[in-house]
Amino acid sequence: MATKVHMEALSPTMEEGQIVKWLKSEGDQVSNGDVLAEIETDKATMELVARGEGILRKVLVEEGGTAPVGDVIAVIGDEDEDISDLVGGDAADDESGAEEEAAEPDDEGAEDEEADVAEAEDEEDEEAEEDEEAEADEEAEPAPKKKEAEAPAAAEDGERIKASPLARRLAQEEGLELASLEGSGPGGRIVKRDVEKAVEEGVPAEAEAPEVPTFEPDAEEDYEDIPLSQMRKAIAKRLVQSIGPIPHFFLTVDVDMTRMVEARAQVNARLESEGVKISFNDIILKATAMALKKHPECNAHWGGDHVRRFNRVHLGVAVAIEDGLITPVIRDAHRKGLAHIAQEVREMAGRARDKQLKPEEYTGATFSVSNLGMFGIEEFTAVINPPEAGILAVGGMEERPVAVDGELELQTRMKITMSCDHRVIDGAQGSRFLQTLTAILEEPLVALT
Amino acid sequence: MPEITYREALNQALAEEMERDDSVFLLGEEVAEYDGAYKVSKGLLDQFGPQRVVDTPISELGFAGLGVGAAMTGLRPIVEFMTFNFSILALDQVINSAAKMYYMSGGQISLPMVFRGPTGAALQLSAQHSQACETWYVHAPGIKLVTPGTPADAKGLLKASIRDDDPVAFMEGELLYNLKGEVPDPEDGDFVIPLGKAEVKREGADVSIITHGKMVNLAMQVAGKLEKEDVDVEVLDLRTLRPLDVEAILATVRKTNRAVYLEEGWPYVGIGSQIVTTIQEEAFDYLDAPVLRVTQADVPMPYAKNLEKLAKPDADRVVAACNRVLYRD
Repeated sequence: MATKVHMEALSPTMEEGQIVKWLKSEGDQVSNGDVLAEIETDKATMELVARGEGILRKVLVEEGGTAPVGDVIAVIGDEDEDISDLVGGDAADDESGAEEEAAEPDDEGAEDEEADVAEAEDEEDEEAEEDEEAEADEEAEPAPKKKEAEAPAAAEDGERIKASPLARRLAQEEGLELASLEGSGPGGRIVKRDVEKAVEEGVPAEAEAPEVPTFEPDAEEDYEDIPLSQMRKAIAKRLVQSIGPIPHFFLTVDVDMTRMVEARAQVNARLESEGVKISFNDIILKATAMALKKHPECNAHWGGDHVRRFNRVHLGVAVAIEDGLITPVIRDAHRKGLAHIAQEVREMAGRARDKQLKPEEYTGATFSVSNLGMFGIEEFTAVINPPEAGILAVGGMEERPVAVDGELELQTRMKITMSCDHRVIDGAQGSRFLQTLTAILEEPLVALT
Repeated sequence: MPEITYREALNQALAEEMERDDSVFLLGEEVAEYDGAYKVSKGLLDQFGPQRVVDTPISELGFAGLGVGAAMTGLRPIVEFMTFNFSILALDQVINSAAKMYYMSGGQISLPMVFRGPTGAALQLSAQHSQACETWYVHAPGIKLVTPGTPADAKGLLKASIRDDDPVAFMEGELLYNLKGEVPDPEDGDFVIPLGKAEVKREGADVSIITHGKMVNLAMQVAGKLEKEDVDVEVLDLRTLRPLDVEAILATVRKTNRAVYLEEGWPYVGIGSQIVTTIQEEAFDYLDAPVLRVTQADVPMPYAKNLEKLAKPDADRVVAACNRVLYRD
C-alpha cells in the first residue's frame, strides 16, 4: 500500500517548507520513523520522518524546492507497486508536475500509463453511475482488462478513498490511515470489519498527527490569571484603535554602567580558569529577570479576555541569524546564576544560527530582551512579540561626561528602552520596573539584596 | 396474558373507549347492522345503540366531512373506512379540513377524531384495492398516523388515538385481523400505548430492520431466518409514523450501523425515504453501509397471483437487503 509523504507543519507558524536535503534517494528502503529529509521551516531546519514503510519510489520535490504544508513531496510504496495514480493524480492538477512526469527519461510508457489511468478513472465514474447489481455482473466478467487490474484495490481514485462513514470514524479513532487499509466492500469500499481487522492485526498506527511542539506550561508553572476590569477593557479597546493591534508605548532609561563594568571585569577574571566569560548582555538578562520577579505586572501575557501574570520568568533572547532573527528562551532565568545564563545563551544562540533549535526552545517566553549594542546602536525601540507584554531594547555602552553634584564625571552609560503593551502594562508600572532594573545595574550589590 | 386476535383487540378498544366517554361514536359503511365489513365493530350497535354506532351511505367524502363537523363541535368521532383505498375520495376532508383546522383557527378548534380501517394489500384485490395509503396521510402536517402491527399495539394505540385531541389516521391490515397475540386482560386495568413511541420488537446487534404495520411480522420472520445464519437482527417497529420516534431510529442505527427499511408501500417518496433521510442526516457517522429499502415494486398492484407475489415485499428480498448491508453477498 503506497504512502504519500506530505510536507508537514514542523513549526507552529510554518506555511511552506524548503527541502534542504533528501537523506533517502529514490529506490532506498525506508522504515517507519526514518529521517527522509531535512526541511527548512520559517524558524529552523527540521527533520521530516517517514510515516510508512517500503521503498522511496518517487521524489516529487527536489532539493532546494519548496512545497506548501500538506503537499505530497514523495511517495513510499512496494517495489513493484503501481503508484502512477498517486504521482499522476498530482500531475492532473499541476501542469509542471505533468511535464516532469513526461520528461522522465527511460519511461516510454509514461504517457501511455497516464492515458490508462485517465481511462480507468472514466470507467470508474461510469461504474459509480451503474447500480450495484450491474457492478456485480461486471465483476463476474472473465479476464479483466489490464487497466482494470491496475486500478488500485483500495479504490483510491486520486484523492478519494471509498469508506463507509462509520469506517472513517473508527479509523480516525484508532489512528489508522484509511489509505493503509484494504477495503472489502463493493468497489473496494472500506467498511467496519476492515478497520476491526486492521486493529486486530495491528497495522502500524498512523504516526500521530504531525505534532508541532510548543512550550507547554507544566504543572509547576506558576501564574495568575487576572480578569479584566471594565477600565482595563476600555484601555485595551481604545489603545488598539490608536496603535494596533498591540498598543505599544516606550520608556527609556539611561543607566550608569560604570560600576557594573568593574564588577564584570572582576567576575570574569575569577571565572577565567573555568573557561566562562560573562557578557554585558548576560548581566542585563540576569538583572531583567530579577527585576521582573519583583514586578510580575510586567512579566505577563495579554490573553484577549484576561491578563496572565507569571511568577516564573522565561526570558526570550533575540538572536540575529543569517536571514532573520529568533528568540531562544532561557527558562526560569530568575533562578539561574550568571554563569549558567551565559552558558545557556551561548549554546542556544549557536544552535539558533545553525537553525537547530527545537520549537519548544523558542516559544513560551514571558518577556524578551533585544540587544543591538554590539552594532553601535545608541538606542532603539523593539517590537513586542505577542502575547508577551514587554520587551527591552538595549543600546550600546559608551563613556560620556555626566554632571554629578555640579561636577562633570565620565561614566559608562547605556540606554534601555522598554516597549510595553499598554493593554497589560501602564506607564507607572513599566517605570517602576525600570527603576528596579536600573538600580540593579547601577549598583551590583543591589543584586544581593 | 390472554391471547386474542387483532380484530378482537380493536373491538375491545372501541368498546372500552365508548364506555369510558360518551362523546365517542363510530360511523362508517356497514359498521352497525352488519358489525363492520371485517367485524371489528361486532356487538357495538347492541351495546351503544344507533345514535353512537351509525351506518352511512357509500359516500366517503360525505361521512368523513360529517365526522370533521362533529369533531369541531366537541364530539369524538371514529370514522371507519372499509379500506383506506376508498378514503382517497375523502382526502379533501382529511387533508384540507381535518389536518388544517387547528392551524387555520389559530388553535381555537381542535379535531379529536380518528380515521380508521385497513391499509395495504390483501390477496388479489388488484390495483385499486391493494394500496398502502400511509404516504398520502403522512405528507401533510396536522394529522397523526398510527400503524399497529400486533394485537396488543392495535388495542393500546387505538385507545390512545381516540383520546388524542388531534386527528389521527389509524391504519390496520386486512391480513392482520385474524392475527393472534397476547394482549393484557382488561381486568388488569386500562391498557394504553402512547403515540409517537417506536418499539424494539426484537433486540439484535448486526442489522436493523426498521418497519411499521403489517410488515413488522415479516421482519420478525426474517429475523428468525437470519438467526440460523448467525445474523442477529434487530426489529424496530415505528408504530407511529407521525410524530416520528427519531431517537429510536437513531439508537438502533448507532447500535447496528446498518439499516433496512421495510414497507408495503411504493418506494417513490415512500415512508422509507423519510426514514433514510433522517438516518443520513442524524446518524451519518454511524453508518457502515447505505440504508436500503424493501418496498412494493413501483407498479400498480397486479391482479395475477404470480405477478402480485413478485410485486410485494417478501422474506427473500428482505434477507437479500440485510445481506447487502452486512456485506455478506
